[in-house]
Amino acid sequence: MTDITELGIAGLRDGFRDGDFSAREIADAFTAKVATGKALNAFIIETPDHAIAAAGAADKARATGELLPLSGVPLGIKDLFCTAGYQTTAASNMLGGFVPPYESTVTGKLFAAGAGMLGKLNLDQFAMGSSNETSAFGNVISPWRRTDGNAALAPGGSSGGSSSAIAARLVPAATGTDTGGSIRQPAAFTGITGIKPTYGRCSRFGIVAFASSLDQAGAMAQDVRDSAILLEAMSGFDPKDSTSLDVSVPHWEANLSSDLKGKKVGIPKEYRVDNMPAEIDALWQQGIEWLRDAGAEIVDVSLPHTRYALPTYYIIAPAEASSNLARYDGVRYGLRDLPDGANLQDMYAATRAAGFGPEVKRRILIGTYVLSAGFYDAYYTKAQKVRALIARDFEQAFKQVDVLLTPTAPSAAFALGEKSADPLEMYLNDVFTVPASLAGVPAMSVPAGLDAQGLPLGLQIIGRPLDEQGVLNAGLAIEQRAGFSAQPQNWWAK
Amino acid sequence: MSVDAATVRKIASLARIAVTDGDVEAMVPELNNILGWIEQLGEVDTDGVDPLAAVIPNHQRLRDDVVTDGNIRDKVLSNAPQAEHGFFAVPKVIE
Repeated sequence: MTDITELGIAGLRDGFRDGDFSAREIADAFTAKVATGKALNAFIIETPDHAIAAAGAADKARATGELLPLSGVPLGIKDLFCTAGYQTTAASNMLGGFVPPYESTVTGKLFAAGAGMLGKLNLDQFAMGSSNETSAFGNVISPWRRTDGNAALAPGGSSGGSSSAIAARLVPAATGTDTGGSIRQPAAFTGITGIKPTYGRCSRFGIVAFASSLDQAGAMAQDVRDSAILLEAMSGFDPKDSTSLDVSVPHWEANLSSDLKGKKVGIPKEYRVDNMPAEIDALWQQGIEWLRDAGAEIVDVSLPHTRYALPTYYIIAPAEASSNLARYDGVRYGLRDLPDGANLQDMYAATRAAGFGPEVKRRILIGTYVLSAGFYDAYYTKAQKVRALIARDFEQAFKQVDVLLTPTAPSAAFALGEKSADPLEMYLNDVFTVPASLAGVPAMSVPAGLDAQGLPLGLQIIGRPLDEQGVLNAGLAIEQRAGFSAQPQNWWAK
Repeated sequence: MSVDAATVRKIASLARIAVTDGDVEAMVPELNNILGWIEQLGEVDTDGVDPLAAVIPNHQRLRDDVVTDGNIRDKVLSNAPQAEHGFFAVPKVIE
């Protein structure tokens, strides 16, 4: 029999339906696999009881013919999603031991669709980071290694526990969240697929907030089909989120098609940045050829404000974070640090100094500064104006083309510690993912090849608002032609 | 615009984050580095551009003004660092 843990969502779902294995066998195989992966530090907590209970329900449902869309499928859940009765930390000491009494809408939908939870996945603290080095629960390690050494590599961030666990086949798929690239960059670094849908597709209710105008949940999985299945189950209108879109969820999986005849693919010239490794440029060219082969017409387009996306992001995201994270006051939940004789103000300041990590503090301070009296217009209002221009660039481009093709990241995975000394250098790794976040448009990363060091590289497809189907279809066309099947050598299992 | 130690202390105080002299010393160059890089937005001509309000056009929904939740006091208090007599407890505030 095939190793169950090599299967993705579709393989598990269909094999379970066909009677090849029981849901309990799936849950047992993955909980055992999770236990072998501790060296990766991908999990903050493991929740085998949840996965096994869901499997029991799935096996009963199969017996009575009442199967749900994700019956039999266990998932990893990024520890930014509140899960009722299960600790939710955002990888911060500030929320150490926090057990939500309520369920996030997205996890609620997944569990209602029959999925079980294998555990809560590690991430950058409050999702602020691109390497998973800001977690209060330790760095996540990528299962990938360079061919010429054993340096511990970054799994990307902030959804690095998700990417590491999927790449190591500890989980078949996982939820992620993406504020400036936190699904797509880790997916590219670890040779998996990740899609951030249109802003408003997935409810933000119950997701620990970072930057509310940018935060969007999405799917991380082995391939495009699995991403479509998972995203379909996560999406949908939610009255509890004021920016949730009241539109129906299309049948993305059923409508997958890699035939791109009549479609136009734009190649934005501004993404050809200085110092881009030749391998990434070559892969991009290869991607263009693949999409042409799939029937698409290739069109050069311009997104003139691309280079201003990162500085815009690093005003807007910290500004929103400083406001959102004001809620951590040591009063209602989470950490409290009350020095002897401290008054209320001292308690706030001591609690926040003790609970937040250095990157979170840095962003709160930047956000507080750009929103402070006298600077608000110069920074925040200016950034929102530039953001409008960036969004307009995409609108103009999508008058000419259906999707855009770009690299996902300007480098393959870097080593832990390599960029963490200079915050700015770390920020620059999100250069290709941030613009789509600022514009709220759907975007995904698909694995497309390996670099000379044997590390995965991803290509990014960006689509029109609400056209996840177009993004998935172009992704499928690349996936079929790239034939990416590389997996990391297993060095971590004991 | 650049920040000095006094400004960093003021921002930290506004953000209610206690900082040591060592923290401030480390943060001044870090924040200046980031803020200096952000300054490049000044090059962009934004005359006549409205600040972006919503990335995806959406309407403001209204609902009936009725209670939809409640009677969950103990749930609300379940994660409080200190809860007493059905309330959140904080250090004494004397004005």
